[in-house]
Amino acid sequence: MHRIKCPFCGERDESEYIYQGDASVSHPPFDASIGDFYRYVYVRDNPKGWHREWWHHVGGCRMWVQVARNTLTHEIYATAPAGGVLDFPEDA
Amino acid sequence: MRTHKQPCRLDTGGSSIQRGKPLRFSFDGKSYTGFEGDTLASALLANGKHLVGRSFKYHRPRGILTASSEEPNALVELRKGAFREPNTRATTIELFEGLVAKSQNRFPSLAFDVLSVNQLFSRFMGAGFYYKTFMWPSSFWEPVYEKFIRRAAGLGRAATLPDPDRYEHAHHHCDVLVIGGGAAGLAAALSAGRSGARVILAEETPRLGGSLSRTDIIDGAPADEWVRNTRRALEALPETQIKTRFCVFGYYDNNIFAAIERVGDHLAATPKHLPRQRLHTIRARKVIFATGALERPVVFDNNDIPGVMLSSAVRCYVDRFAVAPGKSVAIATNNDDAYHTAFALLDAGINIPVLADARLAPSALSERARQLGIRVQHAMLPQCAHGSHRVTALSLQRTDGAFAERVRCDCIGVSGGYSPNVSLISQRGERPRWREDILAFVPETNKTEDIGCAGACHGVFDLNACLQDGFDMGERTAKELGFDVDTQTAPSAPSQEAGAIHPLWRCPGNGKAFVDFQNDVTADDIHLANREGYSSVEHLKRYTTLGMATDQGRTSNVNGLAILALAQGKSIPEVGTTRYRPPAVPVAIGAFAGHERGKNFQPVRRTAMHACHEKFGAVFVEAGQWMRPRYYPELGENMEAAIWREAKLVRENVGVCDVSTLGKIELFGEDAAEFLNRLYINGWSKLPVGKARYGLMLREDGAVFDDGTTSRLGNNHFLMTTTTANAAAVLAHMEKYAQTVWRDLDVHFCSATEQWCGVSVAGPLARETLKAVFKGAVDLSNEALPFMGVREFVWNGTTARIFRISFSGELAYEVNVPWGYGEAMWERIMDAGRAFNIIPYGTEALGVLRIEKGHVAGSELDGRTTATDMGLGSMLSSKKQFIGLPLSRREGMTSPKRPSLVGVKPVKPKQRLRGGAHFVTDIAKKGKIESLGWISSVADSPAVGCWIGLGYIQGGHTRIGEKVTAWYPMKNEMIEVEICDPVFVDPKGERLHG
Ligand SMILES: [Zn+2]
Repeated sequence: MHRIKCPFCGERDESEYIYQGDASVSHPPFDASIGDFYRYVYVRDNPKGWHREWWHHVGGCRMWVQVARNTLTHEIYATAPAGGVLDFPEDA
Repeated sequence: MRTHKQPCRLDTGGSSIQRGKPLRFSFDGKSYTGFEGDTLASALLANGKHLVGRSFKYHRPRGILTASSEEPNALVELRKGAFREPNTRATTIELFEGLVAKSQNRFPSLAFDVLSVNQLFSRFMGAGFYYKTFMWPSSFWEPVYEKFIRRAAGLGRAATLPDPDRYEHAHHHCDVLVIGGGAAGLAAALSAGRSGARVILAEETPRLGGSLSRTDIIDGAPADEWVRNTRRALEALPETQIKTRFCVFGYYDNNIFAAIERVGDHLAATPKHLPRQRLHTIRARKVIFATGALERPVVFDNNDIPGVMLSSAVRCYVDRFAVAPGKSVAIATNNDDAYHTAFALLDAGINIPVLADARLAPSALSERARQLGIRVQHAMLPQCAHGSHRVTALSLQRTDGAFAERVRCDCIGVSGGYSPNVSLISQRGERPRWREDILAFVPETNKTEDIGCAGACHGVFDLNACLQDGFDMGERTAKELGFDVDTQTAPSAPSQEAGAIHPLWRCPGNGKAFVDFQNDVTADDIHLANREGYSSVEHLKRYTTLGMATDQGRTSNVNGLAILALAQGKSIPEVGTTRYRPPAVPVAIGAFAGHERGKNFQPVRRTAMHACHEKFGAVFVEAGQWMRPRYYPELGENMEAAIWREAKLVRENVGVCDVSTLGKIELFGEDAAEFLNRLYINGWSKLPVGKARYGLMLREDGAVFDDGTTSRLGNNHFLMTTTTANAAAVLAHMEKYAQTVWRDLDVHFCSATEQWCGVSVAGPLARETLKAVFKGAVDLSNEALPFMGVREFVWNGTTARIFRISFSGELAYEVNVPWGYGEAMWERIMDAGRAFNIIPYGTEALGVLRIEKGHVAGSELDGRTTATDMGLGSMLSSKKQFIGLPLSRREGMTSPKRPSLVGVKPVKPKQRLRGGAHFVTDIAKKGKIESLGWISSVADSPAVGCWIGLGYIQGGHTRIGEKVTAWYPMKNEMIEVEICDPVFVDPKGERLHG
């Protein structure tokens, strides 16, 4: 089980969070094409290695937190608030 | 107390047992006596019982092989009735007064088993037997094959009653977790603990000391004394905890461990204040594995006859339990360790007819054995064990397979060398490394910083080296964590010269030589599987079931791999290993559930008015975690009648319904209206303060997500309501967009569901009722509070909110007061309403009323439907953009062929509609049934006078007046129904505007 450092609450157990998926995709502007929205809703990479993710701190401050997690090793390198800069290791 | 004589109990010795405390127990209905400190296995052996079970496939007689939790054979059913537990290992069950156990897998009795004829047909039951035999015809699977397999292959029988025991969960955080309380583990805990680090020492058995024997000397004293002193020293350390009967069975990411603590298993009955078992979750910064090594059996013909036992187990039973496993114990080994067993037997005065050593040359120990008068035979292998229910003799052969001699014996102690116990470490996926010098896999731990290994579990077998290794590892680990370590010397033991080990994987022979005792896999099965192409170790495992039993093959895996490697002409590491998985030992499902079962499975949420509902005799229904009144039966009234009455009386007089469970979210901010515009399909900018509006929101994929009314309480202040089911999901959805997508919007919101409780007061007399309640605190006239009007007012010193909204289609109000005032509000409404014949109504009547009015709810919002499907397409604003709009325009989402909302009623008014029935046509013609849509909700409507329903059908309202068939395959019902308008009651809306 992970421990995830919430930028607002500090280090907390994984059980306080809900995983909310890929944070590297961003919501298209409303005037974008149906194709853009289709990709936003349905199309995801399945990377082996470092991944930018959303974890929702539902059992804490209820903030959406960006998490740099390695899908292979489960290592968590860094976290950041939504809109903040998320650090990744240099080899990522 | 009447006790039975224990014919195989030695007169002296036995460090684990208390002779002053005899205990009676029964096995297969017969009573026996043992001593406190015995395991069931040692007590059975003390009574001369070797035959304790039948094997899985061939139903061969099986005896006790080990003295530890790796036991593959001695699995029994423990206790009775609801407490009955199958497949418990006799070697780990601590004896208690009145223990009741039964053997398994035998029919009708252990000594005479009908299915043991299986072994006469064993050439049909080799590797892959199940795959081959039960392949064809496939139609036989369920009726014939499965029943046979279950009958033939089942081990124990689980209790069929609910588990009456209690289980607890506990969590720990420590700096260093030491797994294993043997010599290396104790030394590691000692040095790590002295540094001040928080240490947990976990030991699976009730006692510390592991495989230390009576004759071992540590720091100049007998080992048992050193163990006692070390225990005392550890107990004096404030941050160190010793946990016994505490088995670590799972190793997970981030150094998290799961352990099962047997709190009450060793007692006749668990005391009321204690759980039977505790499931522990341990988060350790560092871990030291000191899990020891497991002795391997020797693979020779008939090596499964009761009386064949691991050499270390023979020693343990003699030393710890003062039990003679036989009157005459032959020993077969390929290494030095078995000599210590011979010495222990000699000490106890037990005859050793021969010690067969596979090694060609004598070692220091074999010389010592000779001097003590033991008949040591080198270059000598076991050939075949003789006997049926108990060993009677052992045939020996030379290394070339030539028969040498036959010796009479009633027990054979075997040692095929030691395998480090890597089952827990390898759960993390690290492949162990083969060491040819000790013929064993050792864990590869240098890759991971947080893991350390000490002692036999990484191939250090000498006692002095184990103590040093453990002590160093504890010290190093504490240092790495930043603790100060005083220089201390490690405990020491006299060093012993260790002789080499000789490979001994399959002694020559043509009979049944078992590799995996629990799953009945022989050496021949491995050869056969290899010949048939199952050459990869993972295929071999699945085809032969080697290592797939509850012991995960801990005594069999290395022998099996070696035999496969020999067959393929490869080295053992080339063949590879299989992976162990948690749990390392069987764990009761109840332990995982802990307290979270039955009513405690999840929290129960009750509204502020729960007690009021109980007083009215409400029957409750679970709505997610909420308990909601379903209906309020009057004396002698059944559910259908109560619902019908409630729905009828609301439309005639007035009714009150607890709607507190609806999700409530308060929004604030300059951009709150804009935020709502983007969430909902309809617009909010022009909603005046003091007004409510019905809203529908979509998911990003264009399907309907949720609905509810939202009120404008101030220019920048809204109160949104959601369905009960989606309250949490809607809040998370809003948080996502506010926090991650439209961060520039000035909007803030939070859940207010549990801050405000709510009732709906509905019916033609609703206004009169509330007038009597509020007595002028708020103007309820149609002019002051028209349909969809909202007011906040002070009532009895607290803020109240009133919303003129209607789900039923009647004149209706929803009143919210702070949660703590709920009961008071309910009672005042009931008091005031008595003059108007008010009734409380539940969720069922609420459902009837909304179906009569054609309002959609959960069954219509099923995650697949669009706004247009629901007949709410006109709400889709064309002046703004909102979540779900782009993808709601996809071809499939706008197809005219999509079923859309209609009402439905039976053509014959007495007939009942079924939710879930499908609309079908032309059944007679085509033979193939084609669905046009489905019925989503039904109600026995007092207002219409027959069953009515809502549903979706292709063509939607264009079919109004058409008759179609509704087919309900669950009951094979087909009835004719008429498609009609979904609004059955007051289509013009005169009542709710009244
Ligand atoms: Zn937080």
